Parts: sequence; C-alpha cells; structure tokens
Amino acid sequence: MPGDNKLFGNGAHMDTKKRRMLRIGFIGIGAVCICVGILRGEYTVILQKAVKICLECIGI
Amino acid sequence: MSRMHRYIGRASDERNHQDGAAPNQKHLRRHSSFRLMIQLLAAAFFNGYAAGFLKGKIFTGRTKLFCVPVLNCYACPGALGSCPIGAMQAVIGSRHRFPFLVLGTLMLFGVVCGRLLCGFLCPFGLIQDLLYCIPLPKRKVPRKIDKRLRHLKYAILVIFVLLIPALTSNAFGTGEPGFCKYICPAGTLEGGVPLLLANENLRQAVGFLFSWKCAVLLAVLIGSMLVSRFFCRYLCPLGAFYALFHRFALYQMQVRTERCIGCGKCDAVCPMALDVRKEIAGGECIRCGRCKAICPTKAIDSDICAEREPSATCETE
Repeated sequence: MPGDNKLFGNGAHMDTKKRRMLRIGFIGIGAVCICVGILRGEYTVILQKAVKICLECIGI
Repeated sequence: MSRMHRYIGRASDERNHQDGAAPNQKHLRRHSSFRLMIQLLAAAFFNGYAAGFLKGKIFTGRTKLFCVPVLNCYACPGALGSCPIGAMQAVIGSRHRFPFLVLGTLMLFGVVCGRLLCGFLCPFGLIQDLLYCIPLPKRKVPRKIDKRLRHLKYAILVIFVLLIPALTSNAFGTGEPGFCKYICPAGTLEGGVPLLLANENLRQAVGFLFSWKCAVLLAVLIGSMLVSRFFCRYLCPLGAFYALFHRFALYQMQVRTERCIGCGKCDAVCPMALDVRKEIAGGECIRCGRCKAICPTKAIDSDICAEREPSATCETE
C-alpha cells in the first residue's frame, strides 16, 4: 500500500530494497561499533561491573 | 465486530475453548507449549549458575564479558552473562562515555532477531506470561491511553538509561545507573530478593531505595497479572531499543491480505493487544506467533529474510 511505505508509521511497511539496505547498513554499523568498543577496552568496565554485586540493581 | 468485542483476555480465551477446540485452537495450545519450553530453557541457560542461589553470591566468570540479548540482571546469583541495559549504563557512566560495544551488540541482536527475543527468550517476559495465567479479571487498557503509554518506554530509555548515567556522578566518580537504581523490577526480583534471602550482610544494608524498588516490582507484578505483558508494553527500555530496529530484522511476519477473512481471532490472542492486521510489522509486535497459530485461514506468514513485497493491511471489518 503506497501510503504505508514509511519507516515509523503504524503500517510500518517499507520498500523491500530500502529495508534490505538499512539492514545491511545497521549490521555494518553494529560490527564497527563492536570493534571500536573492544579497541577502547569497554569490556573491562562491563566485566568489572558484572562480577561485583550491583548494589543499585538490588536497591541498596 | 468492534475491537472491544473482539478483544478478550488470552487466558479466558484459552479456557473457553478447552473442549471441542477447533484445529486452530489446538495449534495455539501446541504453539504456546513450544514457546513456554523455549522460554524456560532460555531462562535456565541465562541463569545457569545454580550454586549462586544457595551461596548468595553471584557468578564471576569470564562469560560476564558478554551481554545476553534480553533483560536479565547481572546481579542475579545465577546469571552467566551481563545485562545489556546495565552494561550500557555502566559504560556511559565510566570514562568511556559512549557505549560502542553494547550498542553494536544490541544493534546486531535487533537487526537479526528484533523483538522475537522478547517473545521467546526474555526471562522477565516469561514471568509476565506466567503471571497473566493467574485467573484474575483481565483489564483492557483503552486504545488511546494504551498508545500513549507505549511511548513511556522510549522516555525511560532516553532519561534513565542514557541521560542519568551521563549527567550524574556518584562518590566513585561514575554515573548512576538510573534505570537499575530506580526502576528495574527484574533486578529486584532476580537479584535483590534471592541475594537478600541468602546474604545476611546485604539484608542489614537495606534502606529506603529497596522499599521503593519493591513497590515498583509489586506494581509491575500486579500490572502483569491484569494486563498482558504490562512491563514489555509500557516500561521496558530494551524492548524500546529493539523496536527501533525491528522493521529491518531478518525475521519478519506479515498478513496475506488475500487470505484474511477479518475474523479478529489474531487480535484476541495478541499478548501486546495489537491490531494485528495493521501493526504486525511494527515495533510493538514481539513475534510470539500466537496470531499465526490461531489464524483459521493461515493468512499470517513468518519467515527469515522474507523479502516479498508487503501485503496491504486488511480493512475487512
């Protein structure tokens, strides 16, 4: 339905080509983000937080 | 038939059709059992460190380097991986400021699976599904209010997950995890309650914040008994994030207009109370597949990488 070919409307339909391109684009951006995050050493922050009892999470 | 009349609670719908059920009702029951099994397996897998519950200690192995794709608190004694929302707040509140790693991971999860993760793998979704099975009078949130309340989860994502950790600083110089600290009912239920039950030292440290979090948890639990997937619909920031990428996800569902007879059975069983024929491709659908299982004419398709041109939405009322 041409009127529904929009990204964030209720119909949420979009052109198949556009969807495929956006999908590939997001996969690429996601992969780059992961590489940048690893290079910046963000995993150490995550691990340090995750291996201690998170007092905020349990409400202390 | 109006939406109001078509909509009945999922639990009552299943009860009404227990005997002499039509084939599609049998499909729905079979599908529900299958989904429940997947949900239970996923919850057990993400929280596989059973000894933690007995010792009142959390798992400290290297698997916590990785984020799980669902809302599962890393303070849960059994948790083997990190909560993506908690990890995102931790990185934003650290010297790194921008959470490239978590964002990239969630983006990949979102583009590959979308909210299928909410429907099949999320342990807190499972808890809500089980709570909704409790035979209490179910509530239907009026359509207009429901639509507005659904935006709340995006506000929570922006304010509590992104802004509060970025703009605040605690005694250690790190940002406060706003969502974990003030809202997350999964943290209270999966982390707080088991740890406090098993750990005397933590019990002595409890104060107002824990009471506040218990009140939030209680409200969410009661809400989930009355309104299907209450937390997922209105409050979950992870669901909000996945909803942004849901339309590009590899796994898609759509209604085949030519087969739809407009019976409204799909709307009646939708746990997210969607107008399935119009909103199945939208970010609110958790891809639970209940609509597909109940459809008498097999008008709902689901496929990985379905690149067929989208069907028009049905207007057959």
